[in-house]
Amino acid sequence: MDFQIEKIAELARLNLKAEEKAKLSKEVAGILDYVKSLSAIPTDQVAPTSHVLNLENVFRKDEIVVSEVRDKALKYAPHAEGNFFKVPKIVER
Amino acid sequence: MTNDEVRTTKYEPVIGLEVHCQLLTKTKLFCGCETKFGAEPNSHTCPVCLGWPGSLPVLNEEALRLGIKIGLALNCEISGRLKFDRKNYFYPDLPKAYQISQYDMPVNGKGWIEIEQRAESREQRENQNPMPSALCSMAKRVGITRAHLEEDAGKLLHEGIKDGSLVDYNRAGTPLLEIVSEPDIRSAEEAYDYLTSLKAILEYLEVSDCNMEEGSLRCDANVSVRPVGQEKFGTRTEIKNLNSFKAVQKAIEYEIKRQVEMIEAGEKVSQETRLWNDDTGKTALMRSKEQAHDYRYFPEPDLVPFSIAQEFIEGLRKNLPELPQARTNRFTKDFGLSPYDAAVLVQEKKLGDYFEACVKEKANSKLASNWIQSELLALLNTAKKTIEESPVTPQALAGLLRLIDNNTISGKIAKDVLPLMFETGKSADAIVKEKGLEQVTDTKLIEEIADKVIAANPKSVADFKSGKTTALGFLVGQLMKETKGKANPKLANEILSKKLASLKKISK
Repeated sequence: MDFQIEKIAELARLNLKAEEKAKLSKEVAGILDYVKSLSAIPTDQVAPTSHVLNLENVFRKDEIVVSEVRDKALKYAPHAEGNFFKVPKIVER
Repeated sequence: MTNDEVRTTKYEPVIGLEVHCQLLTKTKLFCGCETKFGAEPNSHTCPVCLGWPGSLPVLNEEALRLGIKIGLALNCEISGRLKFDRKNYFYPDLPKAYQISQYDMPVNGKGWIEIEQRAESREQRENQNPMPSALCSMAKRVGITRAHLEEDAGKLLHEGIKDGSLVDYNRAGTPLLEIVSEPDIRSAEEAYDYLTSLKAILEYLEVSDCNMEEGSLRCDANVSVRPVGQEKFGTRTEIKNLNSFKAVQKAIEYEIKRQVEMIEAGEKVSQETRLWNDDTGKTALMRSKEQAHDYRYFPEPDLVPFSIAQEFIEGLRKNLPELPQARTNRFTKDFGLSPYDAAVLVQEKKLGDYFEACVKEKANSKLASNWIQSELLALLNTAKKTIEESPVTPQALAGLLRLIDNNTISGKIAKDVLPLMFETGKSADAIVKEKGLEQVTDTKLIEEIADKVIAANPKSVADFKSGKTTALGFLVGQLMKETKGKANPKLANEILSKKLASLKKISK
């Protein structure tokens, strides 16, 4: 299977060293190869599975549950200002 | 050919809109935090919507119910089975670094709405061109590609902060329905008409606040142009940061012009995302296709799939309220309104309700339609009030219109009475009695005044005799002035005409 380790690393916001790239390329390729053996099984008559549990329709009622975690969340956040979380300046989205 | 002609005759715009509608639930899509707008920053947060490890989302059943309700009103195929997916991207407004959305199994599939082409009917009306009613209400069908559920992101504040940005996650996790239209829209005006029609439907369903300022209705536009007659679409750009329906219309107009000018100059339009700037009236590049996100969608493992029973869907369908289009048809049929007037009254649900309440109080329906659309809305606009805040209730307006209808006062006098009702909250009856404004229908009295007017204006009388029929109008005006506008205009006209005609005979 084709993949680019740089692209995956970028999407995952990982800074990989050259030797890590080489090592991970090999390992990911091995994993993909192993998974590929699944494609030998005919699945055109099988509905895709989106979840491994044999469970569906788990709902909650539209009722307010007060959590009050804000102060704790702000306390442990890397940066906060007043009641806000603070993050580095973002230029482009 | 001028540039405008080149644009409109050689090229055809192709437009699709994505509308995000915030659903009117008490709590968020996957957790019990309140959704109310304007709370203290981050006070409506919990481990789920802050993306803490180990927390699990659980679907709000009301959000799904509202989502299906909208799908039904948009004539969508409702999926019997649906699931949620992760849309991955890094941005601090998204605490989990992914948004829970729906990818290949959305709650609502293909559908359509019919849009009232108001821009055109307005033109016809201004041209005083009496078109057959079927043509006036020309409705166009715009396809809906899909409408899916997803969670909203948080809000970032940049202004005035030098060394970073502040984040408020109150909005993160709020339920949205993203309504994606087919590329069926062909002009900026049509995009505007689509949005107003869609907003009206959402308002009638009572599923959303539809408040653009508070962000409960947001819109992105996909725009391309192609030579007339070409089937293949041109390269499209996506426009974001559209904060009002008018902005959508203006941004699309600008973008069509920009793309046509590029093509005419031999350049190629590139696929990119552009930001609308309302102050400069221009779009600017935000990111190109090369920088586009790679969302790596995959099924959300924290949520199980959902099956929706057909009976549940049919139950919702049966309980849908009367929708704008059905109401427009009813207004034309039952109240004899023109399709244009009916559409204007129906567009805003509260305005339609006001009209119906007025007619219920035995007001003449056409008078009610005219008076609400012109005099009343003008007074409300000046006072910056909404129709619900109107100091003149539908019952009170009906009282005024009945006085016109039974000839107690003229329409002209009524125009003076309405502002007084608006100011004082008094009934039309009370004001008319208090000020002695009842129309004079006493023939003898009008005849006396007519004689007086004839005697006082010999020059106009002479003009009339020499064939200047316009002089009659002046004399009627004098008579109305004498009676402070209270004479029945029809009687005044008749009596003066008769008297002048006999004078003419005598002089011959």
